[in-house]
Amino acid sequence: MTYTFDFSFLAEYWPQLLKGLVQTAQLSLLSIIFGFLLGTLLAIGRTAQSKLLRRICAIYVEAIRNTPLLVQMFMIYFGLASVGFKLSAEFCAVLAIVINVSSYTCEIMRAGIESVRKGQREASDCLGLTWLQSLFLVVLPPATERVYPALVSQFILIMLATSLVSQISAEELTSTAARIDSMTFRSFEIYTVVALIYIGLAFVFRLGFWALSRLVFPRLRRLGTPL
Amino acid sequence: MLTTFQMQALLTAAVWTAGLSLIAFVLGGAVGLLIAVMRVSANRVLRGIAFTYIQIVQGTPLLVMMMLAFFGLSILGFDLTPFAAASFAMVIYSSAYFGEIWRGGILAVPKTQWEAAECLALHPVQRFWLVIIPQGLRISTPPTVGFMVQIVKNTSLASVIGVAELTYTSKLINNSTFQPFIIFSVVAVLYFCMCYPLAWWSRKLEDKLNVAHR
Repeated sequence: MTYTFDFSFLAEYWPQLLKGLVQTAQLSLLSIIFGFLLGTLLAIGRTAQSKLLRRICAIYVEAIRNTPLLVQMFMIYFGLASVGFKLSAEFCAVLAIVINVSSYTCEIMRAGIESVRKGQREASDCLGLTWLQSLFLVVLPPATERVYPALVSQFILIMLATSLVSQISAEELTSTAARIDSMTFRSFEIYTVVALIYIGLAFVFRLGFWALSRLVFPRLRRLGTPL
Repeated sequence: MLTTFQMQALLTAAVWTAGLSLIAFVLGGAVGLLIAVMRVSANRVLRGIAFTYIQIVQGTPLLVMMMLAFFGLSILGFDLTPFAAASFAMVIYSSAYFGEIWRGGILAVPKTQWEAAECLALHPVQRFWLVIIPQGLRISTPPTVGFMVQIVKNTSLASVIGVAELTYTSKLINNSTFQPFIIFSVVAVLYFCMCYPLAWWSRKLEDKLNVAHR
């Protein structure tokens, strides 16, 4: 092996990498928040009384979960542009990831909702809570708490999947790496650095979600035991 | 609409996608089994190595791994085709996930099985390979099949280093025909036809194993 590793380009390009990192974090958080909201809505639809609604949500979930995110992204970015919607690459990226993550979140949240005992629902009915109140006050909080670890894993995977948006020319960490690569030709070095940054970011995200769980689920805070 | 030639190109590309998935599954499974065994071994160093490996691989996007495999291996002096580099990345990627899935399965085998095997005077190696591993793998069959869906979908990332699989070919055709909705819909349907049976099978297996809660 006669290759000499050269990381000196970092001195010049680190501000760009930092910017890419911030963009990746923003993109991930935005997708996670909206994906969670849409996914929870879908999960409510998937456990609804109406058979039609359940069927529609199921078809959506199966269609999204069995096709690659990259193809979905191409379809939204190139497809919408071809029928006249001029949307920015960043918007299409968030849209595609939100659609993708919502279908996974839906399945996870559905498991959570189904794990809440029927008696809880009946009790809230007896207390005269409306359907919406019983859903948001009685069913969703413990449901979310139970599936929280699975949700976090999925969100970390989505954070890693944001690297795909470089393929539709949206700006983030991987596309920044590709640009630096094309200027310095230090492919291996730059992608090693970027891989390390992603590992660090995944760690930070895990830590953040752990802190969030302490904040949002009082039972966990008070007793220190999961549900 | 698509011409016969374009349809043929897509079907050929689908075979490459299937081939890449198969390599990732078979070789990744072999390495993954090793990782899973290391992960539950009594030796602290082996456990640490497997844990670090899994953390690194699961913390890196597959796209970046593809790039690293493609550029990195050529630096090391291997003159690899994009397909070989993509296979390498896929094997690394899937082995980490398989390792973690199977570790869960192995740990789920009741402790009494270990003790019973010990009472039968089986050698530790026999105990592990003849008693624990078969049961552990059986428990983790549904998530394994479920992960195969992920593998098939993630082969689409091989397009970025120039492997002529389904996504790459669809991009090529789109570049010449400019009918993104049609072409990507067809490709999505092709992926769906490969993934849905696996997802369905995984669900069936889960139902079958979950007799107690049915």
